[in-house]
Parts: sequence; structure tokens; C-alpha cells
Amino acid sequence: MNRKKLNELDPSFKEQVARQPGGEGLRVCFGCKACTAVCPIEPVDKRYDPRKIIRMALLGMKREVLEADFIWLCSSCYGCQEVCPQNVCFTEVMFAIKNLAVAEGCVPPGLAAQKTLLKQHGRLYEVTDFENEKREKLGLPKIVEHPEDYDALL
Amino acid sequence: MKALLYLGCTVPVRNLNYELSVRLTARALGIEFLDEEAFGCCGFPAKSLDSRDSLLLAARNLALAEKRGLEVCALCNSCAAALAEAAHLLDHNPELKKDVNKKLEIIGLRYEGPVRVRHYMRLLWEEVGLERIKIAVSRPLEGVKLAPHYGCHYLKPSELTAGFDSPDLPRTMAELIAVTGAVSVDYSTLKDCCGGAVLGFSEPVANALAAKKLEELSRIEAHALVLVCPFCNVMYEGQQKKIAKAMGVDIKVPVVYYPQILGLALGLSPDELGFKLNRIKPAELLKMVEA
Ligand code: SF4
Ligand code: SF4
Repeated sequence: MNRKKLNELDPSFKEQVARQPGGEGLRVCFGCKACTAVCPIEPVDKRYDPRKIIRMALLGMKREVLEADFIWLCSSCYGCQEVCPQNVCFTEVMFAIKNLAVAEGCVPPGLAAQKTLLKQHGRLYEVTDFENEKREKLGLPKIVEHPEDYDALL
Repeated sequence: MKALLYLGCTVPVRNLNYELSVRLTARALGIEFLDEEAFGCCGFPAKSLDSRDSLLLAARNLALAEKRGLEVCALCNSCAAALAEAAHLLDHNPELKKDVNKKLEIIGLRYEGPVRVRHYMRLLWEEVGLERIKIAVSRPLEGVKLAPHYGCHYLKPSELTAGFDSPDLPRTMAELIAVTGAVSVDYSTLKDCCGGAVLGFSEPVANALAAKKLEELSRIEAHALVLVCPFCNVMYEGQQKKIAKAMGVDIKVPVVYYPQILGLALGLSPDELGFKLNRIKPAELLKMVEA
């Protein structure tokens, strides 16, 4: 990653976000702050402020947004999306921003581990004989993993 | 009616009480569930990494369901929302569908659509209905005070839940509780987010979100908090002790899954409904029911 370039404002950042699936809405935000008012994270951690994140993105503060650990605090509750008068779909915009952060190499360790699990097992939790024996005792059908599919897809 | 039971990642390994009670109540109410052993992750956990991967994982499950010619019934709020959202996206964007199918082809699958996806609560509401449940209730849960927790993805985004329930004035769960004879309590933190999606990134923030509801329910002495999502369960049941300790307060809120409650009202036994697997036992509730 070219740190020097990221240090400066990047006016194309908003376009990069808008090009991601779900990121299009960013452009029409008019800054009313309705999203921030309903966000359950903002009162708990003031660094996480939906309207501010949009402003930062529109200003081209790429590095400040993508490298910030607070972007991972969105609980994807869709509260902001429901109240937005401009149909920005901020929950989806956050996914677009997180996807860009990942593409830039900013991946929280827990999430990287999840990806490995998905690729190897196709599930968030590995299913071993132990789990299947427990299921069998309760009369529940066996869980079968299909790692070949996930290895091909991811 | 018939549907494919979609278990997701968490329920079949960590919430067997939920799975057991879903299967038993469905059978008692005339829903025939079939299993699809090739189902995998719904895709939602991959959405923060790459939305395209997430869509692809969802589409794989939808394609499997299409092959069986059946609709999908999910037990987790996030699985139901992720699969329904994927179906909606693919059914409305031919180009996107073409791209996804190119990748699915590699594993010998194809999605034409549409495939319908509903949460078990929605099947109960729309396919069985309150009237038929009422008739089937053989052991009304009189005097039992229950607090519903819908969960965010049960109600939102409203494009996906329109016609079922409303994010502003949710009612389906409260009514499905009331039909068992129990009282569904209205409370101020009803619509709070559980914080489950944040747990992997910041435990203090996630706990702070869940704490308010637990505190209120402890205060108003509900017999149990009723859930329909394993994600919410991680927070309200799994994290409850830690939250109480961190806040230095004595909270004890028994946590149950809705089908366990429904099952009791239908006359099924606590054992069959997996109550032994509940970690914060609803002892008083069970005592009242068995009395
Ligand atoms: S509610 Fe919508 S328009 Fe208002 S600040 Fe938030 S995203 Fe922008
Ligand atoms: S979806 Fe994220 S940004 Fe929007 S209100 Fe919920 S936590 Fe806040």
C-alpha cells in the first residue's frame, strides 16, 4: 500500500465507495443526521457516527475511514436505513466501506479467521463426529460438510 | 405445507433446543419439513469481507432449494434475511444472476428463481395462523409473563418484511406468544439491537447493547425472554453472566426459544423440547406449566 498517497485526501474515494454493491446511496446524503440519532452504537462509542462517516467519505478521507477500527462496530441493525429520508441505505454503504477496507488489506483478525473457516468447511463452525453423535442421540439428522464447493467458490 | 428446513451454521451445533422444538411444533401443526444435507453458510458472515462472496454463498443454497422444488424455512433472523435478500437481488437483476450463475456452474448448480425464503415465525404466522394454533393449544400457559425479542433482521429492512410485520409497531411475536395463553409484556427496550454482530470486534460495545434489555427484564421480573435467533441468543444467554459481572449487578433472565414455549402450550414435554439445554433455566415458568 502506498502510504504517502493515502495520507492525502482522495477525491475519488466517494466514487470507489459508490461503485461497490450497495454503496451507490452515499451520493444523495444531505447530512440530516437522522441515522446518527437512531444508531445504537453511537451513544456507546462516540467515534462511531454514521453521518460523520459519510462526510469523511465524501471529503475523500480514505485512509482515515478505511484504517479506522470503528468502522467494524456497525451492528447492521438497519435502523439508519429505515429512517433515512434520502434512501441512502447506510447499512449497505457500511458494507461497501468494509469491503473496500478488506481490499486495502485492513482486515480484523476475527474476520480473516471466518473466511478461512468458510473456505475449508462452508460453515462458521466445523462439524465433527462429536457434534454429529450428539445430534444422532437426539434423533437429529447428520450435518455433512461440502468443502469442495466452498474451496471452488471462495 | 412442505418446506426445506434451513439450519444455518449455529443452530445445528449450538442450539439444539431450538432445532428440536422447531421440528416438533412444526409436525404438530402440519408443516412438513424436509432436510437438505448440502446446505451451507447463508453468506451473511462473509458480507463484511466481500458482498459478492456473500451473495454467491446465499445463491448456492437457493439453487439447492430450487433443485428440490421447495421453499426455504430459516431459523436464524440473519440467515432468513440474507437468503431472502439474495433471492430478491437475483430475481430483479438478470445481469447479476448471469454473473452468479457463471460461478455456480463450476460446482454444477444453477439458480433461475424465484425461490421463496421465510423465517419459521413467518410460516407459523402465514401458513398456520393464530386461529389454528389456538385450537391446537392443549395446555394454556396461564399466568406466564414473557418478553418477546424480535431481533433487527426479523423486522428490517422493511422492503423484505413488508406484509409480515412492521419495524415501528411489531406485533407478530407478541400475538404468537399471547395465543399460547401467556402474557406478552410490552417493555421500553423491546426494539433494542442485541449487539451480536459487534461481539467479534468489541465485546464491551456488544455487551453494552445487550445490557439494557437484560437489566429492564430483570427489573420487571419477566419469566423469560423469548428469542427466535441464535445470534441474539449468543448475547442474551451466552453473554448474560459476563454482562452481569461487568456491570456489577445481579441479573438473571431466563432465555427460551419461541418454539419451546409454543411446544409447551401444545402439550409437549420440556424434555422433548430441549429445555435441559437452556443455560439459564426458566425454572419458575416450568413449575407453573407443570403444576
Ligand atoms: S439519515 Fe440519510 S440523508 Fe440523513 S445524514 Fe443519514 S444517511 Fe444522510
Ligand atoms: S446499521 Fe450500523 S450504522 Fe446503521 S443504525 Fe445500525 S449500527 Fe448504526
